[in-house]
Amino acid sequence: MRRAFVVTVCVALLVGVVWSATASRRGPSDAPYVPVDDAVILSSLPPSVPRSARAANGGAAGAGEGELARWRKELERDPGNLPLATQLAKRNIEEGRARSDPRYLGRAQAALAPWWNEASPPADVLLLRATIRQSTHEFDAALADLDQLLQREPDDAQAWLTRSIVLSVRGDYAESRASCVRLRGLANQLVSAQCVAAVESLSGHAKEAYANLLSAFQRANPLGFAERAWILSSLGEIAIRAGDDVSGERHYRAALDADPSDGYTRAAYADLLIDEGRAAEAIPWLRDRENDDNLLLRLTIAETDAHSEGATAHVQTLRARYLASQERGDVVHRREQARFQLGLVHDAKSALELAKANWQVQREPADARIFLEAALAAQRPNEATPVLEFLEASGAEEPRLAALAARVRQGR
Amino acid sequence: MIRRVWIAVCAGFLVALVSGPVWAHKPSDAYLTLEAAGAAVDARWDIALRDLEYAMHLDTDDSGSITWGELRNRRSDVEAYAFERLTVSVDGLPCPKVPTDLQVVEHSDGTYAALRFRFACPRAPVQLDVKYSLFFDIDPQHHGLLRLRGPGGERTAIFTATAPMQRFEMSDTGRAQSFFSAVREGIGHIWAGIDHLLFLLALLLPSVLRREGGAWRPVSDFKAACRDVLGIVTAFTVAHSITLSLAALDVVRLPSRLVEAGIAASVVLAAVNNLVPILRGERRMAAFALGLLHGFGFSAVLVDLGLSRDQLVRVLLGFNVGVELGQFAAVALFLPLAYLVRTRPLYRRLGLLGGSAAIAAVAAVWFIERAFVVT
Repeated sequence: MRRAFVVTVCVALLVGVVWSATASRRGPSDAPYVPVDDAVILSSLPPSVPRSARAANGGAAGAGEGELARWRKELERDPGNLPLATQLAKRNIEEGRARSDPRYLGRAQAALAPWWNEASPPADVLLLRATIRQSTHEFDAALADLDQLLQREPDDAQAWLTRSIVLSVRGDYAESRASCVRLRGLANQLVSAQCVAAVESLSGHAKEAYANLLSAFQRANPLGFAERAWILSSLGEIAIRAGDDVSGERHYRAALDADPSDGYTRAAYADLLIDEGRAAEAIPWLRDRENDDNLLLRLTIAETDAHSEGATAHVQTLRARYLASQERGDVVHRREQARFQLGLVHDAKSALELAKANWQVQREPADARIFLEAALAAQRPNEATPVLEFLEASGAEEPRLAALAARVRQGR
Repeated sequence: MIRRVWIAVCAGFLVALVSGPVWAHKPSDAYLTLEAAGAAVDARWDIALRDLEYAMHLDTDDSGSITWGELRNRRSDVEAYAFERLTVSVDGLPCPKVPTDLQVVEHSDGTYAALRFRFACPRAPVQLDVKYSLFFDIDPQHHGLLRLRGPGGERTAIFTATAPMQRFEMSDTGRAQSFFSAVREGIGHIWAGIDHLLFLLALLLPSVLRREGGAWRPVSDFKAACRDVLGIVTAFTVAHSITLSLAALDVVRLPSRLVEAGIAASVVLAAVNNLVPILRGERRMAAFALGLLHGFGFSAVLVDLGLSRDQLVRVLLGFNVGVELGQFAAVALFLPLAYLVRTRPLYRRLGLLGGSAAIAAVAAVWFIERAFVVT
């Protein structure tokens, strides 16, 4: 009896201590604190010149933060200097792109402040404003700016290209294609070939689009590394839409060889590997890039699929980041957040809500896919009717998407 | 798909300019928390170090990183910069700011400076106007995320370049609501604060048993058990109501670390007492004595609620009722079950002795953390 008592007490003590220890570790980590020492490093600033920009164009575009700071000071003294303002805005957008950091978009907007709220600002401002607006998913406002610009300057190739891409994201393939046609003769052949191929591959002609773009690529003069990476990545996407995963993978890898800093292509390649059940292979491509929300999402999915360690902690990190985004009222990440809710939190209902709201704004294949997946998982296939109708009308071919659509159709 | 596009047009590169959901992070945000209690509004403002660096160049030695020393040395500059961009006024009268502390804090996208300060308003607000303009000149996509606590509960708001000014009605939104929200708060506090629940459990575990000559025997009837529990819970409630009121009315105030550590110690004591009788006399008296301590703990919650004087009585009453209901729910769950299994030896060994030992162990760890670990 006495021994039983002692044993019970000891076991209980042990359980208690372990439980408390883990409980305190689970506690909130967001409590403010005073660092113990002046030398403690609180924040490492991003390197003044991102790798990609340094390599780009022999340094012509990648002059780095020093130059940005100089221009910014100059503009502070002379805020009405339009050429300086547009130059600074453009450089900030490029910098933000190279670093995938949206803070630079706000800085670009700040440079354009004197003209930002004008109904008809100068042409350069219109293009930059449209660019900034589309990247915060204000597509209608962006298109209005582009249309105004093109009315004034019908030969602005960049405006036609941007317009085509925005329309394609919205799912308006006919108008998107019309914009590409206007690009012919204004931009070099490869650019307009890419523009057309991208739209065609979404509207029932993926195989021809792939062949056309591939031959334009092979005929083209030697390209800069960034342009090369862009075309290769596009070829990869189009090949996969045409059902040719092998070519898709080859192009993605070539694109990443040309520009390893390209987070977009890296995410697309990881998605391909995950889709093919090769999650373990995706992990090394994503590791050490946890700063990038999109790559972290793929890493966590791959880790989960491959039963690899680290997934649990990464789910927490992602949750915190999506929550922070949501708190500020951002809707830019809804597609990714829906994928997170469905694949990692296993909350099909909230994933479906997010996917639905996202579908109101953008209609890329990935947007259709998460909508269908969430509707299936939530056992509400009827709610995916708008997506099915859209895919039928546009003639989307990508085999995985088509198979998914067929399953949803059966379930209705 | 939307993505980066470099295109060569005629001469040179026109780099641009299309990009969609490829952003790796969220844009710039700052988190402002205001707690209005009477005429004082306590503020904590978390501002990203990256943004401060961009606005005022904190990295004075250009090492590519910001150290605590660099931030600390520029504290008055940082405060001056930030304070200039935030105005709080009460019924049209501005509230002067008094800085109280500078800390740092981690958010999902990096380290932030946490500025702590107080608005000394001329009087308790009926209408609180907040004007926020941090970073809007250098980054119009910056958002200020406000969490405002005060009479009438908690609310949130977002300040943007296009909505930099907002007004909040601070008058209590109906007496009933405030009373019931205090009741809810009280219930929530019992169920959220595991230490109070464990304390209660430690007191309740032996209530279906009697100590007779050093051994535990089951009580004969349910009524006796109920009487015992009723006595204990009442004693605890009366005691914590007294100290809670004293603390809320600012008559007595104890350092929170002492109170928190004391509560942990009281849980240890109550649990150990089930193993080895240390507390002389009735458990009711022990509950009363320890309840005095717990009242001080509850008062921290009330301070968080931010009360004006005229609400205090109502809220105190509501909070006590809530605590009582919360306790009642715990008792109603526990007592019938314990009564049913009271005759089994397993209840004594595993339930009473094991449970008490586990509670004592958990509380001992809390005690050490709260008394000795500086956070």
